[in-house]
Amino acid sequence: MTPAGADKQKEWRFKTRRSEDGALELLFSGRWRLDAGLPDPAQLLPEPGAGMRRLSFVTTGLVAWDSGFLVFLRVFLRRCREHGFEVDEKGLPAGVRHLLSMAAAVPEQKAARRQSGRRGLVFELGAATLAFFRGAPAMLHFLGEIILSLGRLFRGRARFRLSDLWWEIEEVGPRALAIVSVISFLVGLILAYLGADQLRLVGAQIFIADLVAIGMVREVGALMTGIIIAGRTGAAFAAQLGTMQVNEEIDAFRTLGISPVDFLVLPRMLALMLMVPILTLYAGFVGMLAGLLVSATIFDIGVFEYYTETLRALELKHFLVGLSKGSVYGAMVAYAGCLRGMQCGRSAESVGEAATSAVVTAILLITISASIMTIIYYRLGI
Amino acid sequence: MIEAPAIEISDLTMAYGDFVIQRDLSFTVNKGDIFVIMGGNGCGKTTLMRALIGLQRPAMGTVLYGGEDFWGVFPAEQERLKRRLGIMFQGGALWSSLTLAENIALPLKEYTALSLGRIAELVSFKLALVGLAGFEDFYPAELSGGMKKRAGLARAMALDPDILIIDEPSSGLDPLTARRLDDLILELKDSLSTTVVIITHELASILGIGTNSVFLDAEARTMINTGDPREALRSGDPKVRRFLTRGAEA
Repeated sequence: MTPAGADKQKEWRFKTRRSEDGALELLFSGRWRLDAGLPDPAQLLPEPGAGMRRLSFVTTGLVAWDSGFLVFLRVFLRRCREHGFEVDEKGLPAGVRHLLSMAAAVPEQKAARRQSGRRGLVFELGAATLAFFRGAPAMLHFLGEIILSLGRLFRGRARFRLSDLWWEIEEVGPRALAIVSVISFLVGLILAYLGADQLRLVGAQIFIADLVAIGMVREVGALMTGIIIAGRTGAAFAAQLGTMQVNEEIDAFRTLGISPVDFLVLPRMLALMLMVPILTLYAGFVGMLAGLLVSATIFDIGVFEYYTETLRALELKHFLVGLSKGSVYGAMVAYAGCLRGMQCGRSAESVGEAATSAVVTAILLITISASIMTIIYYRLGI
Repeated sequence: MIEAPAIEISDLTMAYGDFVIQRDLSFTVNKGDIFVIMGGNGCGKTTLMRALIGLQRPAMGTVLYGGEDFWGVFPAEQERLKRRLGIMFQGGALWSSLTLAENIALPLKEYTALSLGRIAELVSFKLALVGLAGFEDFYPAELSGGMKKRAGLARAMALDPDILIIDEPSSGLDPLTARRLDDLILELKDSLSTTVVIITHELASILGIGTNSVFLDAEARTMINTGDPREALRSGDPKVRRFLTRGAEA
């Protein structure tokens, strides 16, 4: 048998004949290589004839072979044995016999095989729900570890390096100024335009200053800073800690009796809790500048007029509300970033997942805490 | 006509900026060799490997594969030459988002016209060769370091390459598995005429299966010995003998 329409140079050939001792001889010749379009082993299985239960091989005409021949034979021999043939492999090239025996030397780990196949939507939904509820205790556990670590910090027993804290402060604070400036400026600009459009209807465009000042200082500055920091720093925390998890660095801390929460999480947490309120104030200031620019150049409001109206509108409570929100959002971002980093698996892919999950968790936590704080401040009349 | 050697290195110098790692390397890897690149830690073995496989352009010199200058041809030609190589990285370098089967199947899907069924059979066979039959559906993160290494070798062998380049095949493996891997390398050389280049400092492998070698010296920053490693053990440079006897022959 030869392949239909095959190139003579590349073709494989197969024949059978009865040997003198009554065995069925399988003659393999030509090129048995992957690029020769090798046949399906089932096509060449011999029919169990009367008295011919023994198979032997003749490969003297074999010109070239590679893994394709080995894989063909592996399946072919198994099928022959399943069909009750007695197989004599002596006629096969020594290299083929050796490689086949090496492949068979370590038995297949059947227990290791996975159940394949797609799972239904209900299964996936159930699994996701269970994962969510199983995740909640882990989040609380990590929160507890952070509180204990903060307790050790206040008692002066937390083990971390001040240089790490300073490095983190520089990384999350000054290095974030550029992006915070750009975003806050644009948000201030949008607020001013939005306000001007509505306030013009009642001839009260001067109140653009009130809207932008209170909006930026009290709510939007903190919110935008929180979201920027979630994307910039929260993801970085998760990736850093996740990579340390992959490299077993966190295990090394544990084996030395050093709490990774003290050494790695605490400096990051403190840095963000210190820096985000400052960035929030800065964002408010940049937003007000954008409002001033729009008011003065587009809506003909005098600079001094705008300044006086801003001073009149802003009260200390607005700053305090903005600062408190900034602190909470900073803590949320640090918590989410460190939590997902510490929960990271052992592969490059899981580091990516940890970074994504850190941003999603941080934004979710920021939104939830923003809602809660807004309700509380409203109830308290602040 | 004389057949060109599998790999020919001439006057090769590797450097990071102004810092020269190794200079004036010239040696030949013949077809069917099990060629060992050896040397102490930090001598530039892996940097040499990176120059051989196209990951780092050498500062000077040439790398010829079957007479073709790897760094002197167009990128498309380089890609063609690279397909003749199978590379096993030190840690396996398996793609973490793919299962072992998918890792091995990827080059087969990209560069052959085989059916999915035939590819699955090949994958299963290659995994069985490295003692990982049944682990097709595992992700690399679920395997031990030694298993990752072996799976990396199975991927390197996927396309039956003419030249197999293996970085530290035995380090981190138990002695039996290391021996099994050495046997497999020998068998690939004997049966499929694969040329094998091994970067290692495992003495058992160097002396057990190496047929030719080069020794890179970190101090001299060049090669100080070439040839059969067993010959080097008997009459090579004293530094090489000390290396091959774990310092016993000082």
